Amino acid sequence: MAKHKMNLMVCGGTGCYASAKGDLVKALSEELEANDLSGEVQVITTGCFGFCEKGPIVKVLPDNTFYVEVQPEDAEQIVKEHVIKGRKVEKLLYKHPHTKERISDSVHMDFYKKQIRIALRNCGIVDPESIDDYIAREGYQALGTVLGELGPQKTIDIMKESGLRGRGGGGFPAGLKWQFAKNNPSDEKYVVCNADEGDPGAFMDRSILEGDPHTVIEAMIINGYAIHANEGLVYIRAEYPLAIKRLKIALNQAREYGLLGKDILGSGFDFDIQIRYGAGAFVCGEETALIQSMEGERGEPTVKPPFPAESGYRGKPTNVNNVETYANIPVIINKGASWFASIGSKNSKGTKVFALAGKVNNVGLIEVPMGTTLREVIFEIGGGIKDGKKFKAVQTGGPSGGCLTHKHLDTPIDYDNLIKVGSMMGSGGMIVMDEDDCMVSVSKFYLDFTVEESCGKCSPCRIGNKRLYEILERITDGKGKKEDLDKLRNLSTVIKEASLCGLGQTSPNPVMSTMDNFYEEYEQHVTDKKCAAGSCKSLMSYHIIAENCVGCTACARKCPVNCITGEKKQVHEIKQDLCIKCGNCMEVCKFNAVTII
Amino acid sequence: MSSVKVELHQKDVDKIKAIAKEHHNEPEELINVLHATQEFFGYLPAEVQEIVGEEMNVSAAKVFGVVTFYSFFTMTPMGRYPISICTGTACYVRGAETVLDEFKRQLNVEVGVTTEDGKFSINCLRCVGACGLAPVVMVGDKTYGRVSPDGVKDIIDEYKDAE
Repeated sequence: MAKHKMNLMVCGGTGCYASAKGDLVKALSEELEANDLSGEVQVITTGCFGFCEKGPIVKVLPDNTFYVEVQPEDAEQIVKEHVIKGRKVEKLLYKHPHTKERISDSVHMDFYKKQIRIALRNCGIVDPESIDDYIAREGYQALGTVLGELGPQKTIDIMKESGLRGRGGGGFPAGLKWQFAKNNPSDEKYVVCNADEGDPGAFMDRSILEGDPHTVIEAMIINGYAIHANEGLVYIRAEYPLAIKRLKIALNQAREYGLLGKDILGSGFDFDIQIRYGAGAFVCGEETALIQSMEGERGEPTVKPPFPAESGYRGKPTNVNNVETYANIPVIINKGASWFASIGSKNSKGTKVFALAGKVNNVGLIEVPMGTTLREVIFEIGGGIKDGKKFKAVQTGGPSGGCLTHKHLDTPIDYDNLIKVGSMMGSGGMIVMDEDDCMVSVSKFYLDFTVEESCGKCSPCRIGNKRLYEILERITDGKGKKEDLDKLRNLSTVIKEASLCGLGQTSPNPVMSTMDNFYEEYEQHVTDKKCAAGSCKSLMSYHIIAENCVGCTACARKCPVNCITGEKKQVHEIKQDLCIKCGNCMEVCKFNAVTII
Repeated sequence: MSSVKVELHQKDVDKIKAIAKEHHNEPEELINVLHATQEFFGYLPAEVQEIVGEEMNVSAAKVFGVVTFYSFFTMTPMGRYPISICTGTACYVRGAETVLDEFKRQLNVEVGVTTEDGKFSINCLRCVGACGLAPVVMVGDKTYGRVSPDGVKDIIDEYKDAE
């Protein structure tokens, strides 16, 4: 990197990649070539910058200019203006939504102001396919310290003192888990990285693996050394081809540098890592199910105890840690446990990465200290609700979490607080919902997911969730009865108490939290047969307001099923038996003549 | 299992054998072998599963159990242009369901089914991690962001006449 005068860092994350109308890297490279600048200026594909809403993103180093929504046709201007003349391309700078001021540097943008990047520290900064880039940013330094100075027990002590808790959902103290595995004597032990990110709406693990794969490898070696394991496995979703590709490149580079293999850094410690592919089963995020799947079986959870730290992969002591947990470890070793413990809240130390999505202005990947409030995340970093609508709820923790509302906005986010208010941290998905979202439909959506993903081994989860789904379906179809609401509550309690694994034990959370926070909405569905959000199609119909209709025929032309009749300049009518309630007519009408009843 | 009988040529059988051998015929590697096999055949019909079982020293019943457990594996061939609609939460709250309905209506097939001409198939997938572009649709490897029901026709047209 050093020999080049200037670097153009192009985000290679999936979000930016998909929003580019063509090959941005190629366009920039060709433009540099045309101006005979290839020797001085380098185009680097990096990991995710996090600000997916404004992608594709290009960052210019060393001056830190942050360009948003860059398309291949802008390459010429970037090179001619910025690279050659040193003038920033105004139109590609981020515009503050209220002050309309152009901001050239990410540190001054609301989206980044409150963020502290530990797990994501290298994403967007290093070239993920270059081990030298990683080493230049203190990479593998922690490994050197651990192998050369600390030894296994001191390493585990640092992990314990740091207060790092598992980032995959459960929040179990990582150091303690390592200690258990170390204490169990065995000739063979295993270290597993859980990269089976199945939580819909969460993509931090993928971003870390795509943007900074070496940090995960380094942490896994440290983990292996600390518990006396010589073999590591990464269990990764087959749906993440780019992450797999970059991980493979990184593994080969680490082997070439002698950081994997025999006698690592002359310490006498042997360690190597292999990859196992997931095949699309949410339950495999549960560590015992994951181990089953790695052994070539159906991913069905087993009863704990024995815990994997006693008997895991191939019946040997096994440590399973999540990608984001691993990404924190090298920094903790480098900067010390007390530094890490000084960030965050009382019982949840450090930061957490959230995938902020849904009806919020700034969708993206963010990392904030534990204890940041939902309000700060949604309204400051997230820039508030899209299209000036009203905030209604925020769903955290994915299918195992719950929907929180206005009254929770000032709750500091950490493991314990989220459980207290009926949700959970989960892997860090955070979906914002507005006034148009029906909470009954949202819980039906999650149940649909759980029913599909239930492995079927235990009946409370297999049958119970199916029944929950059917009740919710009845309610959204307008066939619900008052007693259904009690049934929902009772059944949820039973499923929570009687299920075998974490999936079943948390699957009723979306139902219970929406019933707690939006009970009147459920009541409205069953007693008044109305959906105030206008989302349950069976509970609404579109009608034309005769006095507003001018007979412009716009709605009739737009109707996909031709169910709107009426001559030009005559009042139109919607044939209810044919209407599929797509809402096109309402959207296209300029005279507010279509209404929902 | 599937009703249509698939006839395998010797070279197909050899290919499966080679894949199994690459993975040391180790039962633990069953899922990795199924990934490689599906990549080659496009899907995993019963006949293929039987040979995989023989090569990996596990029963055909176990192979079938694994194939049907994981959503990534399919026993029916996909369309030449497989359409996947993301139904992750972010896409859902931004209207993925109406987009899915529009695809089903225009192609006149249900989820998991291939059109009669073999061109398109519709599938739902859970979160591709491009939540900033919700709702997201993928056709093959190409990603389409911020898709509205109005845009569905344009996407289909792009592939309709392509060969």
